[in-house]
Amino acid sequence: MKVYRPSSLGEALDVRAAHPEAVPIAGGTDLMVELNFGRRRPEAFVDISRLPELGVIRREGDTVSLGAGVPYARIIRELPDQVALVQAARTVGSPQIRTRGTVGGNLGTGSPAGDALPVLAAYDARIVLASARGTRRISWRDFLVGPKRTALAPDELIVAAEWDVPQGPGSFSKVGTRNAMVIAIAGLSLQVDEAARGVRVALGSVGPTILRAPDAEAFGAGALDESGAWANPEAGVPEAALARFGELVAAAAKPIDDVRGTAAYRRHACGVLARRALTWALADRRLPAS
Amino acid sequence: MPVADRAVEARPGLGVGVSAPRVDGTPKALGAFAYGSDLWVEGMLFGGTLRSPHPSARIVSIDVSGAIVLPGVRRVMTAADLPAKRRYGLDVADQPVLAEDVVRYVGEPVAIVAADTPETAREAVAAIRVEYEPLPAVTDMEAALRPDAPRVSELGNVLRHIRIVHGDADAEADVWVEGYYEIGMQDQAPLGPEAGLAIPAADGGVDLHVSTQWLHSDLWQIAPCLGLPEDRVRLHLAGVGGAFGAREDLHMQIHACLLALATGRPVKFSYGREESFHGHVHRHPARMWFRTGARRDGTLVNTQARILLDGGAYTSSSPAVILNASTFAAGPYEMPNARIEGTAVYTNNPPAGAMRGFGAVQACFAHEAQMDRLAAALGMDPLELRRRNLLHTGSVLPTGQVIHGSAPAREVLERCVALPGPADPAPGERDPLLLPGGAGNVGRGEHVRRGVGYALGYKNIAYSEGFDDSCEAVVRLECDPDGVVASVHTAAVEVGQGLHTVLAQIVRTELGVDRVVQLQADTAVGSAGSTSASRQTVMAGGAVELACSRVREHLFARAAARAGAGAGFQGPFRLSDGHVFSGDTPLGRVEDLLDTPLEATEVYRHRPTNRLDGRGQGEPHLMFAFGAMRAVVDVDEDLGLVRVVQLAGVQDVGRALNPRGVASQIEGGAAQGLGLALLEEIQLRDGHIANASFTDYLLPTILDMPPVVSDVVEEPEPGSPYGAKGVGEGSTIVATAAVAAALRAATGRELNRVPVTPDDLAGLAGPRTSAGPAPVPDVPGPRPVYEYR
Ligand SMILES: Cc1cc2nc3c(=O)[nH]c(=O)nc-3n(C[C@H](O)[C@H](O)[C@H](O)COP(=O)(O)OP(=O)(O)OC[C@H]3O[C@@H](n4cnc5c(N)ncnc54)[C@H](O)[C@@H]3O)c2cc1C
Repeated sequence: MKVYRPSSLGEALDVRAAHPEAVPIAGGTDLMVELNFGRRRPEAFVDISRLPELGVIRREGDTVSLGAGVPYARIIRELPDQVALVQAARTVGSPQIRTRGTVGGNLGTGSPAGDALPVLAAYDARIVLASARGTRRISWRDFLVGPKRTALAPDELIVAAEWDVPQGPGSFSKVGTRNAMVIAIAGLSLQVDEAARGVRVALGSVGPTILRAPDAEAFGAGALDESGAWANPEAGVPEAALARFGELVAAAAKPIDDVRGTAAYRRHACGVLARRALTWALADRRLPAS
Repeated sequence: MPVADRAVEARPGLGVGVSAPRVDGTPKALGAFAYGSDLWVEGMLFGGTLRSPHPSARIVSIDVSGAIVLPGVRRVMTAADLPAKRRYGLDVADQPVLAEDVVRYVGEPVAIVAADTPETAREAVAAIRVEYEPLPAVTDMEAALRPDAPRVSELGNVLRHIRIVHGDADAEADVWVEGYYEIGMQDQAPLGPEAGLAIPAADGGVDLHVSTQWLHSDLWQIAPCLGLPEDRVRLHLAGVGGAFGAREDLHMQIHACLLALATGRPVKFSYGREESFHGHVHRHPARMWFRTGARRDGTLVNTQARILLDGGAYTSSSPAVILNASTFAAGPYEMPNARIEGTAVYTNNPPAGAMRGFGAVQACFAHEAQMDRLAAALGMDPLELRRRNLLHTGSVLPTGQVIHGSAPAREVLERCVALPGPADPAPGERDPLLLPGGAGNVGRGEHVRRGVGYALGYKNIAYSEGFDDSCEAVVRLECDPDGVVASVHTAAVEVGQGLHTVLAQIVRTELGVDRVVQLQADTAVGSAGSTSASRQTVMAGGAVELACSRVREHLFARAAARAGAGAGFQGPFRLSDGHVFSGDTPLGRVEDLLDTPLEATEVYRHRPTNRLDGRGQGEPHLMFAFGAMRAVVDVDEDLGLVRVVQLAGVQDVGRALNPRGVASQIEGGAAQGLGLALLEEIQLRDGHIANASFTDYLLPTILDMPPVVSDVVEEPEPGSPYGAKGVGEGSTIVATAAVAAALRAATGRELNRVPVTPDDLAGLAGPRTSAGPAPVPDVPGPRPVYEYR
C-alpha cells in the first residue's frame, strides 16, 4: 500500500488531482477501523495529518473557521465559547480518540452518528472544499447528501468548517446505552439565535443523515414570541409549549431499528432531549451575560 | 523461544493471608508480559479459518483450488484431510474439527489454511468456494422442544434434562408468586483473543503454545484428532489475557497442530475480535418460569421452577451448566419442597458453555426477583424475608444434599447490609459525568430516581457429580549462589486471577523461603484441572501445600540424619529463621542441608461427590460459597439511562489467602455482572451474531462502573487447604440480580429480562411475556438422559 505524505495543502491537492484513488487519512480513527474490519482496502493513502493549513482555527469578526485537521482535544481547549461544539467534542470516544480524531474526518465519513455534525447543522455551517481547481464553500446540507455519502469530489479535500457565531445559548446531547465511548443512538443540538429570534434544532443518528426539525424550530420561536420571552428572558415558555416542541422534534426524526437501539426509543429520546435542551437554553438566557 | 509465560520470581516475605503484590503485576502494567497473541518464532506460518455463514446447511461442495494457487499459501485443509478422530468436545466428542456434511451454527469452522502472512491467509480463506444447501434452522430454544422441530443433534434436541423432586412437591402455600424471566447471551469478552502457536517437533510430535484454561483437557482432546499418542503432543501455557470460561473449549488448538504437522512449519493462529466472538462458547441464554410459595409468616414452602437454557449447536459444558442452574434454582434458602425441571437444548445458535457463574447467574436472577416479589406480596421487608429462610450448616438442599461445611449466609448478608452506602452529592450537584447518560450531556439531574436492591446467591466450588477432580504439583527446594530458592511446577493456568501469587505465598508459608520461582505451566507435569469453577486456589493450592509438606519432611529427615542417628532426634521438627529445629535445638541451616536439592510431587484430590438419581437427589457438590451484593442506582426515568452509583459486595471465602486479590475478584466479578444487567448481550438474528465487535457489544467503561466496597466472611471450610473457598464467581452471580433489583426499586417496573434496555426503563417496552412454561421433555428411564462423566 502506497502512502503519500505531502507537506502542504498545495502539494496535497496535487496528489489528489493526480491520484484520486488515494484516500485521505487524517486521524485515522474511522479509516483504520474500516481497514481492520476488512471493509475497505484502499490502494493508497494521502496522509493529511501534518498539513499546517488544516490545523488552523481562525476567528474573523463573528465567523469561526475550524480547520478540518483540528482534533477534538484542541476544540475543547481552544474554543470554549462554542459551547455546543465543545459538548459534542467531549462526547466523542475516549481521550485517545479525541486526541487523534478530527472534525474533517467526521465530515469525511459523513455518518449520521457523527457527533460534530448536528452541531455544525445547528450552526448553519459552511464546508470549505479545495482542489487544484480552486476552493468552494457549500452548506452542510449540500455536503451531507446521504448515509455516509458526501459531496466531496474525488480531487478535493475538506479544508475547514466555518460558521457565523450565533448569539444565544446552545447545547449538544447524545444518548447511548453506555455512559461513555458509545455510538449515538440519538444526538441533538439546539441553538438559539437571538438576532434572528430563531431556534435551530438538528438531530443525529435518527435518520439517514443529519436532520433539522423545521416545524419544531418555527413552533419554538413562536412560543418565545407569544410569551414575550424574546424581549424578556424572565418570561419563559409554558410547559405545554415545551412538550409540544418535544413532540415536533420527535416527529422530525426518521429513525430505524438496529442493534444499537429501537426506532421507538430513538424518537422518544429526541423528544426528551429537545424539551430538556430548550429548557436549559431558556434558563441560560436568564443568566446575566458574562 | 516463544516462551510467553516465563518463570516468575516472587517477592520475599509475604506468606498466606497477606496482600502480597502480584508477581505478574509489574510486567503486565509495563506492557512487558507476553500474551498468546505475542507468540513468535522465526519462519512461522499464519493460520486462517473459513467459517460457516449459515446456521444450518448441507455442504454440497468445497472448492479450495482458488486458495491453493495463491502465492504464499502453504496448505489448505478441509474435513476430507483430517488424519484421525474427527470430533472433539469437553464431555461429549460431538464437535467436528472441521465441518463434514453439515454445518450447525454460524461460525462453525469449515476449512483452515496456513500461509506466509496473515494477509495471505485471509485472502486464501476468502478464495475458498463452498456451496451450501441451506436447511431449516431452529434458533429458538422453545421451538427446539417442539416435536416437529428440525433435529440439531443426532440425539435429538434435548441436550440434558434435570429433574429435582424434593419433599412434597405439591405442597400448598398461603401465598404464591409467579414470574417469568429471560437472560440474553453474554460474551466472556476476555481482552486477549484466542491465540496459539504449534511447532512441529523432531519426534514427529508437536509442541503447542496456547492461551487456555486447562492444558491437559486440551491435550486429551487434541492428541486423538492428530492421531498421535499423548506423549508426543506437548502443551505449554502462553500468556492468558483473561478467560472467564471462554477458553475451556478448544478453538484453534487442533487446527494449528494439524497445519504444523502437515507443513512441517510452525503455525500461529491469532483471532481478531470479530472471529473471537464466533470462535468461543458464550453464556447460556435462559428462559425461566418460577412459582414460589410461602407461609404468611414468610417461611418458604415450595419452589416450582422450569429452566430452559439454549445450549447452541454442540454439547460443550451444557450438562454441568444445567445441573448448576437447576440445583441452585431455589436460592440460598431452606426450601422444604421443590420441583425443579431444567433442560438444556440444542439449537442452531452458537454453542454456549462455561462462563463465570456457570448456571448460578441465571438462577440467581430468577430466585432473587422471586424473593422481592414474595416480600411485596407478604408486605414484608425483602431482607427480613431472606433472613427468615437462610441456609446454614446442616441445611438440606433441594437435592437432599446436607451442607456439612461452612455456610455463613447470615453473616454474609448482615455484613453486606452494614457496608457504608455511597457518600455522593444529590444529582443536581453532581459532576454531570456521574449522572445517568455520563459523557453524553443528556441531563442536569432531571427526573433521576434512585433505587437500592439486594441479591444473595451461592454456588458450588470445584467440580461436581462424581468427577475425579485432581491437581498435581512438583515443589523443589535447593540452594543456588543467591541462597535458598523454591520452585513450583504445576499445569495450573494463571488466567490473570492471581494464582501464581497465591501459590508463591503458600510456598513461603510452608517452607519459610523467600524466593519462589514458578515454572511455566505445561503438560510435563500431571493435570491441574481447569482454572474454572472457582477451584484453582483450592486445588492447585492444596497440591502445592501437600508437596511442600512432603519436601519439609525430607528436609527434617535429612537434618535428623545429619545430626547423627545416635542423637536420636525424633521431632517434632520445625522450620524457623532458615534453620531446622527439633524442639528448641537447632539442627542446622537449611542452606547447608541443601547440598543436593529436595523435590516432591503430590496430587491433591477433593472428597468425592456423586450423581443425582432420577428424582434429582444426591450429593453432587463439594462445597458452597455464598455472596451478597447491594446495588445503588440512579435512573433517568425519561431516557431510561442508568448510572450505577455503588456496588457493595460481601463474599464467603473460607479464608482470604490474599485479601487484595479477593477484593479484586469481587470488583471484577461485579463489573461483569453489571455488564450483563445493563449492557452485554450478543444479539442473535436467526442464528447470526449481529454485534460481533466491541463497537456494538458494549462492555462497561469506567464511567459505567461505580466504586465497589467489599468485605469478606472468613469461616474456614473444613478439609479445604487453609480453609479456603474459591472466590472467582461469587460477585458475578449476585451483581446482575442486585442491579436488576435496584432498577426495579427505582422505576417500579417489572424488568424481567437482562440486559435491561433503555426502552424497558423508559416504559416503551413492557415486561417479556410467555404463553407458559415450556413443556417438560419426555425423559426416558428413571435417570436424566445425559450421562455426565
Ligand atoms: C473507539 C472509537 C470511538 C469513537 N467514538 C466516536 C464518537 O463518540 N463520536 C463520533 O462522532 N465518532 C466517533 N468515532 C469515529 C471517529 O473518531 C470520528 O468520526 C472522527 O471524527 C474521525 O476523524 P479522523 O480524523 O480520525 O478521520 P479519518 O479516519 O482519518 O478519516 C475519516 C474519513 O474522512 C475522510 N477525510 C478525513 N479528513 C479529510 C479531509 N480533510 N478531506 C477530505 N476527506 C477527509 C477520510 O478519507 C475518511 O474517509 C470513534 C472511533 C473510534 C475508533
